[in-house]
Amino acid sequence: MSASLRIARATGAVASLPARAIEPLMAGLQKAIGIKKMPWFFLLPNLLAVILFSLLPVFVNIFYSFTGSDRLYPSQRPFIGTYNYETLLDCGNYLDPSTCSRDLFWRALGNSLVFVPTQVAAMIGIALLTAICLNGNIRGRGFFRGVFFFPVMLSPVVVALTWQWILQRTGVLNGILTNLGFEPVNWLVYANSAFFWSVFVTVWAHMGFYTIILLAGLQAIPRDVYEAAKMDSASHWRAFTRITLPLLKPVLLVVFILAVIRSVQTFDELYVLTGGGPGSATLLMVQYIYEIGFAVQPRNFGLAAAASLLLGIVLLIFTLVQLRISRGSSNG
Amino acid sequence: MKLSSLRLSCAFGVLMFASAPALAQEITVVCDDLGFGCNTIQPVADKFMEENPGKTVNLEIVPYQSMVESLPVQLASGEGPDAAIVTDLGGLSRYYLDLTPYVDPATFNENFEQTLQWLRGGDAESTAINGMPTSLTVNGGYVNLTLFEQAGVEVPPEGATWQEWAAATREVAEATGTEFAMEMDRSGHRFASLAISHGAELVSEDGKPVVDDGLRAAIEQFVEWHQDGTMPMDLWGAVGGATHRELFSDFLNANTVLYFGGSWTLSQMDQEVGDLFDWKVIPAPCGPSSCTVMPGGGALVAFQHTDQPELVGAFINYLAQPENLSQVLAAAVEIPAASTLIESGIEYPGASERTQEALATFIAQIPKMAPAAYRFQGWRYQRAMMNALTTRISQVLNGELDVDGALERIEQDVNLAIEAAEAQ
Repeated sequence: MSASLRIARATGAVASLPARAIEPLMAGLQKAIGIKKMPWFFLLPNLLAVILFSLLPVFVNIFYSFTGSDRLYPSQRPFIGTYNYETLLDCGNYLDPSTCSRDLFWRALGNSLVFVPTQVAAMIGIALLTAICLNGNIRGRGFFRGVFFFPVMLSPVVVALTWQWILQRTGVLNGILTNLGFEPVNWLVYANSAFFWSVFVTVWAHMGFYTIILLAGLQAIPRDVYEAAKMDSASHWRAFTRITLPLLKPVLLVVFILAVIRSVQTFDELYVLTGGGPGSATLLMVQYIYEIGFAVQPRNFGLAAAASLLLGIVLLIFTLVQLRISRGSSNG
Repeated sequence: MKLSSLRLSCAFGVLMFASAPALAQEITVVCDDLGFGCNTIQPVADKFMEENPGKTVNLEIVPYQSMVESLPVQLASGEGPDAAIVTDLGGLSRYYLDLTPYVDPATFNENFEQTLQWLRGGDAESTAINGMPTSLTVNGGYVNLTLFEQAGVEVPPEGATWQEWAAATREVAEATGTEFAMEMDRSGHRFASLAISHGAELVSEDGKPVVDDGLRAAIEQFVEWHQDGTMPMDLWGAVGGATHRELFSDFLNANTVLYFGGSWTLSQMDQEVGDLFDWKVIPAPCGPSSCTVMPGGGALVAFQHTDQPELVGAFINYLAQPENLSQVLAAAVEIPAASTLIESGIEYPGASERTQEALATFIAQIPKMAPAAYRFQGWRYQRAMMNALTTRISQVLNGELDVDGALERIEQDVNLAIEAAEAQ
């Protein structure tokens, strides 16, 4: 027997010591609860974590949404039935927020319904374009990958403050424009431009993450498929639509789901950059929930909980649609 | 022998462990670092610890935004520091520890009569000493005198109206090419000065929100100033929700002729503007109803959950001694809330002559404040009203609401907030 084999056997024996020690315990447990219940035993640690950190908060949230007062402890909160939901849904005309009892909730919902598709489309489009460029044989490819990924590593507050510094009345962008002979623009004062910059800044901050995922997807496509297409004189556009897009579809779906979830969660950058303004032009759902529940006095935890559950229902419907599309795609 | 020494060691260890909480008397006080805050209290805290060996006062600096947003949530969950310097005086009253057994009640009542009431959350019958009012702050306007001089425009005298100030500063801005005539922090507290001087009550005697013609007139005037470019849209127009924002940098860079802030920025004004240009604090601009600004201030309060009430009480009592209080106030360049110090006056050795003059102007506004201003300051739901004011006025400026709609929403927002808070 060679020395290395002896060492390997000795190491194996040592490594299996703990396993041998608990074997009788496991055997006893299996005897007691039966083999069919054993998987539950192994799942127990993760299940406990999921129950404690995911399910329990959901139930607490549901409880809060049916209670009133600005007290935090559940025992101190009186049951008020569906009052919070009634207040949120009390609207003369759902398309006109000014007719709603909680107009800012509907303004935030409306803004989110415009912001999310716009931001996700821009994000995926630009990330895909960037990934395709970075997938080619360009000089300094590694450097550019780093450049595009860099904003992802920045804190959202840093991102927002940096862009505020660029976009404010006396900011860098207006400084450049003035030097070039143009009139300065108060970018964050007008609803449309503030909304545009909100989308732009969030795309800039997160695009690198999706670019990296798409780049990995692009690199997984076999080169010989492109070579065959080239031999058949297929144009770049045809190769993109007939090879790249279909083979990238599973990755694109993942990117789409991640981008939508992140977009709905958008809060910190815009809270610092625009505070939801001008007026309520960039007020999104999460900021509304935060302000109602935590930023204003007295804190209305019940209403914030009800608003977040309504948002949760919208997200659930959206996720089901995505799942359906995803299943259809994998079946096809 | 060995066994007995082991037993002795164990017994000693158990004794040490059991007596540890009794020996280590330690409290944490959180505050920000502006004016009467952790930085200016530190020397007094050091002196207190020196005179009271074994007692520790940890001062933790946190941003003002944390005091406003995070502290209330911590307190609601029964957590948080032993004490803090807060500005939402009435809103957090339910968490305050009554310091009556730990301080000299007679001195406190005599010294802080009016401001102690603000800490009682509108409970007129309460006699609790819920903290020590640290300083009195006063809203007010700062003007750039150099720009006035360059423009050759007379500075409006005491008693000038808001409209006269707007006209004069516009003239100065036009003559000197300054971007804006006036700026006001995006804060419901600052706007309340304009509103109350225009006759707004904001809160009734029985603690109900009041939306009246005075408030309407103030909002209309405010909107007009934004539309004609007297005020920049950057502050009230560009930001949404209840976000607090100020553009002190505009005054520093001479981009505005008049900046409406408050007395708490005096030391910053002194340090950062210095001799860049000549400036002064102006008396409260007048409205049709009164020449008033808003009072305000902070208070050092202890919380009910503290397990060291005696130590917190002792520290607050120590800080309330005139010599200690005046030491902190002098360093902070702030107006005292204690009547004895107002009467005796405080010397601000580090402050420039201009700052001393500015302080005198601020102090001179205190007796002129309208009763509505004091009532609003002590109202438990003051923040609900201030948040509604900033949110809805910004919407008017952006065309999302008209003034009537804003007034309706302000009243509704505050009523909903009160209803939610008082749900039984």
